[in-house]
Amino acid sequence: MAIVAAVIASTHHPFYYRASTATGADRPPFADAWVAKIEAFRETLTKARPDLLVMVGSDHFHQLWLDNMPQFLVGKAPYFDANWYNEEREFGLPRMRLAGDEQLAGHILRNGLDAGFDLAFSNELRIDHSITCPIITLRPEADLPIVPIYTNIFAPPLPRPGRFVELGRTIRQLVESWPIDKRVAIIGTGHLSLELGGPRQFGAHGPDPEFDRKAVDWIASGDLEGCLAEVTLDSLHLPGNATHGFMDFMLMMGVAGAGAKADHVDSLDLFHTMEAYFTWYPNGVPA
Amino acid sequence: MSKYLLNKFLYTVDRDPSLVERYRSDAAGTVSWWEQEMANQLLNCAVAEKSTWLEFTDEERRALREHDHVALFGLGAHPFLTLTLFIAMFERDHGPLEYQKAYGRALQHHALPYPDIAT
Repeated sequence: MAIVAAVIASTHHPFYYRASTATGADRPPFADAWVAKIEAFRETLTKARPDLLVMVGSDHFHQLWLDNMPQFLVGKAPYFDANWYNEEREFGLPRMRLAGDEQLAGHILRNGLDAGFDLAFSNELRIDHSITCPIITLRPEADLPIVPIYTNIFAPPLPRPGRFVELGRTIRQLVESWPIDKRVAIIGTGHLSLELGGPRQFGAHGPDPEFDRKAVDWIASGDLEGCLAEVTLDSLHLPGNATHGFMDFMLMMGVAGAGAKADHVDSLDLFHTMEAYFTWYPNGVPA
Repeated sequence: MSKYLLNKFLYTVDRDPSLVERYRSDAAGTVSWWEQEMANQLLNCAVAEKSTWLEFTDEERRALREHDHVALFGLGAHPFLTLTLFIAMFERDHGPLEYQKAYGRALQHHALPYPDIAT
């Protein structure tokens, strides 16, 4: 049977690639500290020795559009091209191509449907920075097959936070019921407080440091009960108008399990938004 | 209100490098052309398969023709789409992050709750 070798939750900051590769006067002052934190975070995945990656993210109006918008979608294809013209333009992200694992994608689709999630699917999906950023930070070799899972945190009406948690629990069960002897890492990315295109954007810190502090505590301690008691679709407008991306962190808390304390916790206070990194080892910390 | 159509304009222009430049340099002409030729085109269908009912309100048309991102925010256009396209058009005229910060300052009069973006 498949083993969940690691569960990883992260922010997906599209500026990391450019900041970490810049040199000389172009290199921002925070780049070295950021790279050091990312390299420590990367080691948590490396030592889990994964064979493939389930990658949870959210399309930013690239391929998924308002004329036909899925709430949850699984990519089932032999390959996924990655990154888009406007991500190249704004963030300098490179074009990439990742292999897919159609067998696990098919297993997740069939059994996810049977478990009560009417999952949409795509057989030709170009993935964006919500999935390529964690490839760049955590597995820059981009050498492992992936199963991308997209959530709608972007185009209301959205599923409620509890639904994201439930999907996370279900993804964990689906991976663990896959009758193939592989080590699977489940990686998902979201946001802490974030404002995009509103009056609170691009400040000296994230728009709501107090929310960020609470969010990191919820995730690090696996406090799903406390998190679900405070976080609603309405409440997520308060910390910043793009903070609904926090629901992907809640999904990953569902994957990790209620009460599961993260084995690796780190954060970095940047302008505009706070970075946060978490790793759990459900089957014990690898040697 | 046709928030969907505002978003469709921002989305289709943002993803096409030539349209980004055309909208930057000739906003009024681009909006007129787009509403006439593109507004009713189903994005995932052959060109002949068109919708028949999509048009801007006067205020929406004016906001797009005048690159008025503050008005677009007030009309409930998706803030991510507006921001992404406007950065592509105007960041180049400013120093690092200057444009993004000024963009936010121009919206300071908006208190919570912000205009509804649901379509």
